[in-house]
This record gives sequence, C-alpha cells and structure tokens, in this order.
Amino acid sequence: MIQYIIRRLLQMIPILIGVTLLIFLLFSFFGEDPARVALGAHATPAKVAALRAKWGLDKPLVMQYLQFWKEILTADFGRSFVSGERLSRMFAEGALVSLAVTMPPFIMGTILNLIIAMLVAWYRGSAFDKFMSVIFTACMSVSFLVYVILLQYFLAYKFDLFEINGFIPGLKGLPFLFLPWIILMIVHFGPDVRLYRSILLEETKSDYVRTARAKGLSEKQVMFKHVLKNAMIPVMTYTVVEVPFLVMGSFVLEKYFSIPGLGDLLVSSVNTGDFPVIKGVTIMIAVAYSLFNLLTDVLYALVDPRVKLS
Amino acid sequence: MSNFSPSDVVLKIEGLVTSFRTDDGVVTALEGVSFEISRGKTLGIVGESGCGKSVTSLSIMRLLPNGVGKIEAGKVIFDGKDLVTLPESEMRDLRGNRIAMIFQEPMTALNPVFTAGEQIIEVFMTHRHMSRAEARKAALEMMEMVRIPDPDRRLDEYPHQMSGGMKQRVMIAMALACKPAVIIADEPTTALDVTIQSQILRLMQDLQKQTGTSIAFITHDLGVIAEVADEVVVMYAGKVIEKADVTAIFDRPLHPYTKGLLASIPHAGQSRDSKLPTIKGSVPSLKDLPAGCRFFGRCPYRQTRCEKENPTLMYEESTHGVACHFFADIAANKIKANYDGLGGE
Repeated sequence: MIQYIIRRLLQMIPILIGVTLLIFLLFSFFGEDPARVALGAHATPAKVAALRAKWGLDKPLVMQYLQFWKEILTADFGRSFVSGERLSRMFAEGALVSLAVTMPPFIMGTILNLIIAMLVAWYRGSAFDKFMSVIFTACMSVSFLVYVILLQYFLAYKFDLFEINGFIPGLKGLPFLFLPWIILMIVHFGPDVRLYRSILLEETKSDYVRTARAKGLSEKQVMFKHVLKNAMIPVMTYTVVEVPFLVMGSFVLEKYFSIPGLGDLLVSSVNTGDFPVIKGVTIMIAVAYSLFNLLTDVLYALVDPRVKLS
Repeated sequence: MSNFSPSDVVLKIEGLVTSFRTDDGVVTALEGVSFEISRGKTLGIVGESGCGKSVTSLSIMRLLPNGVGKIEAGKVIFDGKDLVTLPESEMRDLRGNRIAMIFQEPMTALNPVFTAGEQIIEVFMTHRHMSRAEARKAALEMMEMVRIPDPDRRLDEYPHQMSGGMKQRVMIAMALACKPAVIIADEPTTALDVTIQSQILRLMQDLQKQTGTSIAFITHDLGVIAEVADEVVVMYAGKVIEKADVTAIFDRPLHPYTKGLLASIPHAGQSRDSKLPTIKGSVPSLKDLPAGCRFFGRCPYRQTRCEKENPTLMYEESTHGVACHFFADIAANKIKANYDGLGGE
C-alpha cells in the first residue's frame, strides 16, 4: 500500500512537468505582455522594459521556466503582478473563502442526495419515484443563472431573508453564504440523486441481492447492508474527484455574489494577465486533482476487497 | 416403487400459475404446475431452458422480480400453510431458515464485498438470533461440514479469493445453516467443471443423509438427475408433462418428450458414426403457445386431437403421471413414430 502510494506520487512528477510546460508555453507565446497590460497602451517602451525586467520577464525562457519550478517546490509563487501581494497569502485566503462557499453544500448535499436516492430506490416504481424523476429533470433543465437571479430576487430582495451578495469573513458572513449554498445544493440535487438512484437500482438487480433475500434477510438489510456497500464504490468515485474543484470554488457563483474566492481571483487574473496567479492556481488544481485521484484509488481498496493496490 | 402417505410430503405445489409482465404483454410462465417433495428425498426437476424450472423455484420462495413476476393462482403448502398467501414477514422467517436456496452462479450469487464467513454469519444472526461471536463459531462449523479446507482462514476470505467449487460450498453452507426442511438447488453444478461437479453432488448427497433435508434439484442435465434424484418432474413450456420416480423415468418414460430427451443422451458403446438423436424443432415461445398440447409441433406421435386439446396429467399407476392423450397407445406400440414434417417447418 505504502509502496503503491509512493509510486503514484512519483508518477505525478511527469504529469506536473507536462502541466507546467503547457501553461508556461501558452502564456509566453500566446498571452499578452503582462507589463504592457499593467501599464496600459500609452506607456513608453522604456517603462515597459523596466517593468519586464522587474518581473523577470526579460530573462531567457529556460531561466523563467526553472524559476517557475523553484516556486512550485518552495510553494512560494512570489507576488502578484497586479496587486503586488504575496501569492501564498492570496491563495490561502481565496481557498478558505471558496471552501466556505462550496464545502458545506457539498457535504450536506452529498449526504442528503444519497438519502433521497435511497428513498427513491426503495420506493422504486411508485408514484413517489415517478414524481421525484420529474423533479430531477426539471431541476436539471433549469439554467444555473435562473436560480441565481430568481433566488436573489425573491429570497434576498423581496423577502429579505439573506444578503443579496458580498462577503464578510467569519460568522457574520453567514447571511452572505446561505444563498450560494442553497443554489449549489439545488444545482447538484438533480444530477446527483438521479445518478445515485441508477447506481443503487443497478445493484439491486445483482444475483447477490437475490441470494440475500433467499437467506431471509429483511429488505432493509438487503438495501442498507448488501446493496449500499457495493453502491458506495461508484458513488465514491464520483464524489471524491469533485473535492479539488471545491477548493477552486465556483467561478460563476463567486462572480455573481461578489465573493472573493479563488475562482473569482482566477477569472480576474486572466483578465489582467496576472501570470503568477494563473500559474499558481493552475498548478494547485493539477496537484490537487492528482492527489485526489490517488485518494480515490486508496479508498477503493478500502471499500472493495477485490481491488489490490500494486 | 414408493407410494408416500401425505405426512411424508414436506412441500406440496398445487396448480401454480405464474405470469410475467414483458414488453409484449403478460406471458404465463407456469401453467398449473403441481408436484410434491417428499421428506428426506431429492426431487429432480428437469427441462430445457425456458421451461419454467427456475420460475417454479422463485415462485415457491416468493422471490419473483418485484412488479414483473406474479403468482396468479395455485398453492404452495408447507408446514400446513399456503406460502402463496403468507404475509411477507412470515415468508421471510421461512426463507434461508426452513426453505433455503442454492443458486447456479456461485461467482455472482455471493456478495463480492463481504467475506464468506460474514455471509454465513448473517444467516445465523437473522434466524437464530445469535450474537456475532456465536454465529461465527456456528459458521466455522458449517464450513467444516461442507469440507472447506482450512476453514479458519477461509472464513475471513472474500469470494474472489476462492475457486468456483469453494464458493459453491460456501453457498451450500449458507443454505444448510439453519437445517432447512427443504433446499431448492437451482442448477447448482452447471457452472462448475465436471470433477468439481461430482464432488459437489457427492457432498450434497452426504449432507442430505446427515441432515435428512429434502432437496428440489433443478437441472437440465439428465445425467445429474440419474445420480441424485429419487423422484423426477419433467417440465415443458411451463407445464409438468411427466412425473415419476427416477427408475420409472429412465426405464419406462411415457411422454414423447421424455422419450426424446432420454434418446438424445449419448451413451457408452454408441457407434461414433451414428447420429445422435435430437428432438426436432424448439420450445414454443411463451408469447405464442399452441392451443393444444405444447409439444404438438415436435411430437413424432402427434394425432389430430393433440392440436386442439391440451392434455392434463393422467396417472398410469398412482405414482407415474403423464400429460399425453395417447401415452397408453404409444406404450402399447399402437401409434408409430412419424418424423415427417417435424421441426424446421
């Protein structure tokens, strides 16, 4: 197991080299000159050159690329071109804000959706099941933006239950977070419950379910012991790979609610050509994604005895 | 020859009718199936695939797929009760406890994510209300009983770590755990290779002697029937067409279908060049059953009456039943086989 994890971690190195090369080359050859963007169209060439030198953009590409790796290995991405703030601090703050937006609805939603899916699977074929199917399809058919606008208008503006948008750190910020939480839960409800339901129903067709029933187990034992443990394998795959994206937050949601999370930071950095921020965030996604993939595989081995990590 | 008094009958099935909802409408998978299982004996249920063998076993256990299969009529009498009308909770108390089942595919019939031991343990915990520790001890004894080598270690192994024969032993251990009155074995050896098959058959026979349990042994393999069965039920297209004790079936088959089945078994000493007899044609689809005898289209002895009239089970002696209008004439050689126009038409 330990050996497997070490080997998988080593395998991440070539992946990261690929990712870094890709971002670096894309930005160097196709991106706009960040110094020019920062100083505006009317800056003198001398001023632009001075800024390029200050940011290290005048050095040979190879040196810039190696500098990038040094930043990755020391987890210190320098300072933002735009604000001059230390990136490690910006990332930490942004990630915390993003997590505050995405984590609670993710955890609550996953548990809630799994319970609803089990109920629906339990009453499969009934009027309740059919009614819920209509609800999922309706939820999935409505655009995300409709929820944002309608809920902001009714819940926040008309009924004044929550804040419309904005963000304050700490517990006082809760009124700002409720609305994004509700929206994220609604958005995930349809696809999640539908997926979990079909996973559960697929399992109930298995031969081992018939065996369990033939042994005289109650329908509860069949569903909650035999079926659930098998169904957890695909459910887990689907859920764990979502976690890295939670750190990134939701670009759109953060924009609409003026929440200063990582998603918002990345979008504005792309607009201003703030290369250090883009580099840092992209690398973080790549690392997080690889790590969580590894975590999924390790969890697999824990749930499914047939999986041997070797 | 045996003529059992009613007290020797442990499970009695009377006029069982089971239907299935399909995309093309409702089809009748069993049409008035009746037979008895005698105490301590093995009843062989034979027939081609699709004849209703497995549906019969699932109907007895009331494990027909929910909302798809349905028992329309008939009785399953066990312990003086009719299982067809028994409340689900009482039925659940019987399943795995008084009536147990062994399935065909040990690879998929066991739950892959629980250990073999756990799957036996839960039978004891459910029906005997044992503590986990007691149930574990009992499960270990069961694994010894079905001759699983190194049972201590095997108890904590998962199905994928075992061979097919070993898994089927685990299934048998699960089925025997509560010393059931009846075990329904649905093609328990079909998925196993021949040497393992004979080991499992021998094991089942030994265990039957030890425990006195009755077995309903479902198979398409007449060789297996000859080896294990005391009495035989032959099914064809959802009906019982012949039933008798095993020697009568093999020595004096009365139904043309049974005759055909027996004739198509290759036997030692048969010339290599001689063609193996077959039953021409195929089983009629349940969606499109003939009005008369269901074997009409394939029967070499068919008469005009057979096309219109569906024969019911008639008894030659009190123990040998056959569903054929002309079985006596055929036996007395008054009707000759005529293969013209059979099959492939």
